[in-house]
Amino acid sequence: MDRKFSIGLFSIVLLLVTVLFTGCKGGKKEPQEEMEVDIKDKVAILQDIEQAERIFQALPSPLESAMLIKSAGARFEEKLLNPVSNANNYVTNKAMALNLGIYTCDLSFASLYEQTQLLIDYMNAAKKMADGLGILKAIEQQDIDRLEENINNSEVIMDIVSQTFMNSSSYLEDNDQPATAAIVLVGGWIEGLYISTQLVDMDDFKGNKLVSKIIDQKLSIDILLNLLNSNKGNPAVDALMGQVAKLKNVFDKIRLDTSPVRPEFDQASKTTVLKSEVKTDMTPEVFMELSKTVTEIRNSFVI
Amino acid sequence: MRPVKTIFLAAILVIAQNGYINAQCKAFAKRDCLPELANYTHDGNYHAAILVEGEEAELYKTFYSDMDYRVAIVGEDKLPAIEFRILDANKNVLYSNKEKDFAKTWDFKLQASQQLKLVIRVSSFNQPGAVPASGCVAIMFGFKLKK
Repeated sequence: MDRKFSIGLFSIVLLLVTVLFTGCKGGKKEPQEEMEVDIKDKVAILQDIEQAERIFQALPSPLESAMLIKSAGARFEEKLLNPVSNANNYVTNKAMALNLGIYTCDLSFASLYEQTQLLIDYMNAAKKMADGLGILKAIEQQDIDRLEENINNSEVIMDIVSQTFMNSSSYLEDNDQPATAAIVLVGGWIEGLYISTQLVDMDDFKGNKLVSKIIDQKLSIDILLNLLNSNKGNPAVDALMGQVAKLKNVFDKIRLDTSPVRPEFDQASKTTVLKSEVKTDMTPEVFMELSKTVTEIRNSFVI
Repeated sequence: MRPVKTIFLAAILVIAQNGYINAQCKAFAKRDCLPELANYTHDGNYHAAILVEGEEAELYKTFYSDMDYRVAIVGEDKLPAIEFRILDANKNVLYSNKEKDFAKTWDFKLQASQQLKLVIRVSSFNQPGAVPASGCVAIMFGFKLKK
C-alpha cells in the first residue's frame, strides 16, 4: 500500500476514534474547571443560541390519520388502499418516500380494522419502500414475524406499526434527509385525507362525523406547507408545494372558527380538558372540490 | 493538495460526529422518552434535537377532539430542567410545567380540535463563565381514543 495513503488513512482513523471517544462522555455532568471560557465568549454563544431557534412542524402521523378515520365510525374498504402490487413501480426516491407514507397509512388502517393478512401484505410493501430508500433496520423480518405471532393483539400491532414508522422517520432525520422525511409524512397525510373523503356518504352529509374530521384537517394545511417550505430547494419538495398550494386554496373556502380555549382540570381522570367551541361550514360543493383535488394529488403519487 | 485533504478530513469528521450524536439522541429518545408515554400509543413521529442551555424550540401540531393525548418532553441528565409551555392560536398559555415541578408529561383532551404550539426551553445552570451544557431533548406524543 502507498505509504502516504497509509499515513493519511491512519490519521483519519485516529481522529475518528478521538471524536467518537470524546463524544462518548454522556451521563452526569463533568466538572467544568477545564472548560472555562470568558464571559464575553459566553454572551456571544448565548446570542447565537437565541438566533438558532428550532422549529418543528408536526403533521399527524399515518397511524394517527388512520385512527381519526376509525374514530369517526367509518367503514373499512380495501379497494381504497394503494394495491401492494404497485410497490414494484416505485423507483425514484420521491415515489418511494411518498408511498412509504401511503403504505404506512394503509397498513395502519388495515390494522385498526383487524384485516390481518392485509396488514402483513402492507407491512411488506412499506418495507420494500424503506429498503429502497436505504433506511437500515426500519422494518426488519423479525418485525413482520412478530406481527404474525401477535396478529390478534391489537396493542402489540399498534406498537409495531408506531415503532417501524419511528425507525424510518428518525433514520431520515438523523442522516440529514429531512426533505425525504417530510415527503413520507405528506404521503401518509394525503392518503388519510383521500380515504376519508372517499368514505363520506353524500346522502348523510350534514352532521357527518367524518366530514367534521376532514374539516379539522384545515388546521394542518399550514403545518404541511411550512414543513415543505423548510425543505424548499429540493426539486421533489418544490413540486409537492404546488400541489399542496392547490389544496390549501380549497381548504381556504371552508369556515373553521374556534373560540378561545379554557383549560379545566378533570380530577377524576387527572386530565386537563381544553374547552372551546367551534363553528364550521363546508358546503357539499366545496367538499366535492376538495375530494376531487385530493384524489388528483393522491393518484399522481400512486401511479 | 493539502487544503483539499484538510477539507476532506474535516468533512468526514463533521459527518461522523453528527451521525454519532444523532444516533445517540435517537437511542436516548427511545430509552428515556418513549416509556413516559406509558399506556398511550406513540403516534410514531420522532422529534428530538441537541439543544444548548438557554435554547428554545417550538413545535406546532394539530390535536383532535376524539383523542386523549399525552405529551412527553425529556432532556438528558446533563441538561438543566426542561421547561415547556403549551399555547393556543391566540398565544394564551394553557399549561406550563414550571408550575408542576418541571413535570415531564402532560395529559389532556380537547372539546374541539385545535392547532397548539409547544415552546420548549432548556433552563440554565447559571454558572457564569462555564461552557453552556448541551444535550438531547426528545418530544413525543401518545394518544388513545377518548372513552
